Amino acid sequence: MWENLQHEFQRYFVDNGASEWWLNGLKTTILVTLLALCIGVVLGFLVALVRSTHEQTGKLKLLNAICMVYLTVIRGTPSMIQILIFYSVVFASIPLNNIIIGGIAFGINSGAYVAEIVRSGIMSIDKGQMEAGRSLGLSSGQTMKLIIMPQAFKNVLPALINEMIVLLKETAIIGYIGTVDITKAATLVQSRTYSAFVPLISAAVFYLALVMLLTYFMGKVERRLRRSDH
Amino acid sequence: MIIKGETLIKVENLQKHFGDNKVLDGINTEIHKGEVVAIIGPSGSGKSTFLRSLNLLEVPTGGRILFENVDITDPKVDINRHRQKIGMVFQQFNLFPHKTVKENIMLAPVTLKIMTPEEASRKADELLERVGLPDKADAYPGSLSGGQKQRIAIARAMAMNPDVMLFDEPTSALDPEMVGEVLEIMRELAQSGMTMVVVTHEMGFAREVASRVLFINAGNIQEDAPPQEFFASPKNPRLREFLSKVL
Repeated sequence: MWENLQHEFQRYFVDNGASEWWLNGLKTTILVTLLALCIGVVLGFLVALVRSTHEQTGKLKLLNAICMVYLTVIRGTPSMIQILIFYSVVFASIPLNNIIIGGIAFGINSGAYVAEIVRSGIMSIDKGQMEAGRSLGLSSGQTMKLIIMPQAFKNVLPALINEMIVLLKETAIIGYIGTVDITKAATLVQSRTYSAFVPLISAAVFYLALVMLLTYFMGKVERRLRRSDH
Repeated sequence: MIIKGETLIKVENLQKHFGDNKVLDGINTEIHKGEVVAIIGPSGSGKSTFLRSLNLLEVPTGGRILFENVDITDPKVDINRHRQKIGMVFQQFNLFPHKTVKENIMLAPVTLKIMTPEEASRKADELLERVGLPDKADAYPGSLSGGQKQRIAIARAMAMNPDVMLFDEPTSALDPEMVGEVLEIMRELAQSGMTMVVVTHEMGFAREVASRVLFINAGNIQEDAPPQEFFASPKNPRLREFLSKVL
């Protein structure tokens, strides 16, 4: 019994390069997700700032128009097509690691969703908060940074965590640009072993574990931010 | 009698139009140092809009506002610098819910580098003592009653050492039993010589604390008199009707 199990483990997770695929796959999924998260959050906040500043003051017309095009195109096309375009068109002649291409593509994709989440957070803050800040002599930038954004961020954190989870799972299509991530590793092992059950279930468990880890850490952040609520 | 100080705010032909709707229809008045001006009037009369114009939270569509001899309606003027000298207290308090009471008070003077954090902290302690809430320094606004919130909001505005304080219906959102504690703070503030402009429905406060009462109706100042005269012998027929309903 025990030997049998050990043999099965060897077959699915060690032999014929399986261990390398799984390890590389995990590494790729994590790295692409982290890079995309960073790009997506920064991009999303910037776009949200431009959009809400434009809504409130009518300034930044050109930037706002650029942001609108970005949101429309990214949210209106499949992420699969986007990543293929980034791989085969945008970075076709630039020698870049696939992990970086993937991170950039998914980051730009995620940024569009983050932007709208953050904008909804900014709009949810009572306009009296901006007035209170401005009446004390703070500039609109200072009020945004110190008063509006911290509250908006706290309000949208659950939605942001949701977007992060979606992003992590979305990276499963990166195999289409010839990169071994968790999903690709599973299909490779499957084709080597002629057995679908263990590799696919394993891939699912890996994703689940990563999502739970992410949820755990973000939950900690959320609890910290909720301290001022009574 | 009241000795008039120098002119702090001079309002000239102030207008605010939303399309055809003339909310402020050419207001002229002066506010002098040390005065406590109460503004009363029916709802929708433009009294809040007038008050909010004084620190440009509402941007007028015409006329001028001279604050300490500077036309703050001039787009070239750095309004943030002048707002530091014009404290404002809102009906809905507008405390910053993610900051403690003390952080609320210290935020503006420290951010604007008017005080060091140590100075601001001392100032905050002193103001909390003055509004009677020294034990709430580390509390978050969410845990305070309406009356306490408004007292903190007053302390926050005073932390900037303003030359004038604007109050936009400061007791209208409060439970009746909390109105007194806020009015008491405002009364003390008036006695300390602070220049105040107060939009209010508290006729008792206007009568006892104000040095001048304005009746704003239909976007105009229709009566401008010391409180005794204002309440005892109102000249404007619309004001007489208004007072007969509210008193």
